[in-house]
Amino acid sequence: MVCVPRDSTALSVGADAVAAAIAAEAVRRGLPVEIKRTSSRGLFWLEPLVEVPTAAGAVGYGPVEPEEVPGLFEAGFLQGGRHSRSLGPVAQIPFLARQERLIFGRAGVTDPQSLAEYQAHGGLAGLRRALSMAPAAVVDEVHASGLRGRGGAAFPTGIKWRTVAGAQAPCKYVAVNADEGDSGTYSDRMVMEGDPFLLLEGMAIAAYATGASHGYIYVRSEYPHAVAALEAALATLRAAGWYGARVQGSDFSFDAEVRVGAGAYICGEETAMIESIEGKRGMIRYKPPLPALKGLFGMPTVVNNVVSLASVPAILDRGAQFYADYGMGRSRGTLPIQLAGNVKRAGLVEKAFGVTLRELIEDFGGGTRSGRPVRAVQVGGPLGAYFDASLLDLPLDYEALAQHKGMAGHGGIVVFDDTVDMAEQARYAMAFCAIESCGKCTPCRVGSTRGRELIERIVRGERPRENHAQLLKLCDVMENASLCALGGMAPWPVLSALKYFPEDFGLPSERQPAHVV
Amino acid sequence: MWSELRALREDVDYGTPPRDGEAVTLTVDGVPVTVAAGSSVMLAAAAAGRPVVKLCATDMLEAFGSCRVCLVEIEGRRGFPASCTTPVEPGMAVRTDTPRLAELRAGVMELYLSDFPAEDVLGGWSELHEVIATTGVSSHRYGPGENHLAAPVDDSNPYFLFDPAKCIVCSRCVRACEEVQGTFALTIQGRGFESKVVASQGEPFLDSECVSCGACVQACPTQSLVEKSLFEGGYRSADPAQA
Repeated sequence: MVCVPRDSTALSVGADAVAAAIAAEAVRRGLPVEIKRTSSRGLFWLEPLVEVPTAAGAVGYGPVEPEEVPGLFEAGFLQGGRHSRSLGPVAQIPFLARQERLIFGRAGVTDPQSLAEYQAHGGLAGLRRALSMAPAAVVDEVHASGLRGRGGAAFPTGIKWRTVAGAQAPCKYVAVNADEGDSGTYSDRMVMEGDPFLLLEGMAIAAYATGASHGYIYVRSEYPHAVAALEAALATLRAAGWYGARVQGSDFSFDAEVRVGAGAYICGEETAMIESIEGKRGMIRYKPPLPALKGLFGMPTVVNNVVSLASVPAILDRGAQFYADYGMGRSRGTLPIQLAGNVKRAGLVEKAFGVTLRELIEDFGGGTRSGRPVRAVQVGGPLGAYFDASLLDLPLDYEALAQHKGMAGHGGIVVFDDTVDMAEQARYAMAFCAIESCGKCTPCRVGSTRGRELIERIVRGERPRENHAQLLKLCDVMENASLCALGGMAPWPVLSALKYFPEDFGLPSERQPAHVV
Repeated sequence: MWSELRALREDVDYGTPPRDGEAVTLTVDGVPVTVAAGSSVMLAAAAAGRPVVKLCATDMLEAFGSCRVCLVEIEGRRGFPASCTTPVEPGMAVRTDTPRLAELRAGVMELYLSDFPAEDVLGGWSELHEVIATTGVSSHRYGPGENHLAAPVDDSNPYFLFDPAKCIVCSRCVRACEEVQGTFALTIQGRGFESKVVASQGEPFLDSECVSCGACVQACPTQSLVEKSLFEGGYRSADPAQA
C-alpha cells in the first residue's frame, strides 16, 4: 500500500498527479498497488509526502515529483527501498517526533472518510464516554481540563458551556466557527479535511453537554475541500447512528449542517458569524447579550472554534487531568501552531503551551527559508503584535504574550527576515482592517483608512512628528472605542512595529511612545 | 434653524426605547436615578439630567452601538462601554464626563469630521452639529484623505434627497425603514470605508422599494437625508475640493 495525502496543501503541490503517476506506473509494471489517500502530516515542505507502511512503520519519500515515480519503483519503494527522496521512518522525522499530538494524532495516518479507521485509532471513545455521563459532568470535565477557546479570545470553554447549559430556552444551538481567516493559519482546515469525524465528535459532545439539538458549521468559502469532507462525514455519521434522532439509541438527538461563508474576515467574529448564519449581512452585534444566552436565532448558542471542539474528544476519552498535565500557567493542553512566512520548514506543530518562539522557529522551522536572520515575527494572525528577535525566548502562553501586548490568537506564526519593511507591514495592518471592517463602528470603519494614510505620510517624511502623534491618538481611539476586536486590535501590529522598528518609519528610536509596553 | 426644529419636539430623546421592568436604581455622575430593568445606561443618564452625546441612538429605535460617542465609564469595569448598549444594573456608578472620555469622544469626532464637508461643519443644523457644539470638536488633524464628498446626491425622490457626503453611516435610516416602517427598502452596501447607505440594490430612491414614508428622513442625525422643501432655490452639494 502507498499513502498519498489529499490535503489542500498537498494537492496544491501536485499530490493528485503523484497519485496518478503511481497508479499508472503500477499498471505499466503489472503490480497490484493500493493507493490510500490520507490526510497530511502537516510537514508541508515535504509535500507531496508519499508513505509506504513497512514492518518498521511507515517510511516516507518527499517531496515527490510525478516524474520521479518510475525511479521510486526502481528503488523498490513499495518495500521501503532507498531513494534520493527517502526520509526514513516518518515518525522519526524530528519535526514530527518532538510534537505532542493530542488533536492531530491521526493526521497523515488515516483515510479521513473512513469511520472504521477513525474508530480503530481511538475515534468516538470521547463521545461514548460523554454519553455515559450526566451532561453536567461532561461540562465539569471540560472545565477541569482548563481548555480555553482556540479561535483567539482564549475564553474558558467550560464556563461557556456551563452558561449555555444553564440557560432555559425552547432550543439551543452549537455553532462551529470554521471561518479561519487569519493569515498563515490552517489548523482548522487540516482538522476539517483530514479528520472531520473528530470535529463532529467534539460538536456532538458539546451539544450533549449543553442540551443543544442542532448545530451549524460555518466554513469559509475558500475551503471547498473542507466543506465536501464535512458533508460526507456527516452523512456517514448519520448512517451509523451517531448523528440524528436518538444517537446510539439514547434520548439524545442532534444533527448539524454546514454553512458556507461569502469571503468576509469579520464573519470569524462570533456575532458577525451568527448574523451571517441567520442569512444577514455579517455585522457585529453588541454584547451583552452574550451568544451563550441569546445567540443564533435568539437562542442560547455554544460558539466554539474548530480546534477547541477538536480538543474535546481527547479530554473526555483520557480525562481532564491528562489534558491539563500539558501546558503552563493558565494555558493548559496543546496548541496546533502553524508556522508560515519566511521559514525553512513550514507546517503544523502541535505542542503543549510553554514552547518558546525560538524553539518553534529555529528547532522546528529551521530558521528562515532565505537563510537570512529573523528580524520580526507576527504571532496570532493579522491583528497580532510583531515581535523583534529579542523576544524569541517568550513562551507560547496566553498570559506571557499578553504581557508584551501580543496574543497566541489562533496559533499562527509568520516569520520575516531582515529584508522586511516593517512600516509597510504596519500600513498593511491598517489597510487590511479597512478592507475587512464590517463598516458598523466609526473607529474601525473610518479610522483604519486614516491610519493607513498617516503611515504613508510618515514614511514619505511628511510632517513625521505630527503625523506620528496623530497616529498614536488614532490607535488609542481604535483600541478603546471600537465595537469589536477587529478595530480594537488593528493598532497592535502598528504600535508594535513602531516600538521595535521605528527606523523603518524614518523615526528616531528615542521617540518611542511611552504608553506602548 | 435646527434649534427651532428641535423645539417643536417637546419630549426628550432618551436614546433608547423605554422598558417595562422592575425598578433599578443607579447613579450617573453622582445623581441617583431609578429606571426600569432592561433600560440602557444612556436612558438612565438622560433621565438623571446627565444626557450623553449620541449619534446612532434615538429612542424610536433599538440600540445599535455604532457611533461610539456615547462611551461612559462604569465603576469596577474595564474600558469604555457604549451607554446605549449597556443595560443598567442596581448600584451601578456611571460617569459620563471625564477627561479620558472627552479625549476618546474628541478622537471619534475627528474621524467623523475627516469625512464630512468642511464648509458644513460650522453653522449647520443637525444632531451631528449639536454634538460638534457639545464636544467642542469642529476640526480634524488628518489632512486630506480618502472621502465620500464627491458621491452624487440622489434627488430622485420628490420629497427628500440623500446627500452621501453628509452620511455618517449610523444606519438610523436603515433601522427606521425596518423597525418603524417595516419596509426594508434600505441597507448598507459594501464594507469598511466603502460602506454606504443604498436603497434596494443600489438604485435611486424613487426606483427602489422606498414608499416615501419619511421615517428615514426623520431619523437621520446629519441631514444627509433631508426634506427638499427646506432648501429654497435648490440644494447645494458639497465641494470635494474642500476636503
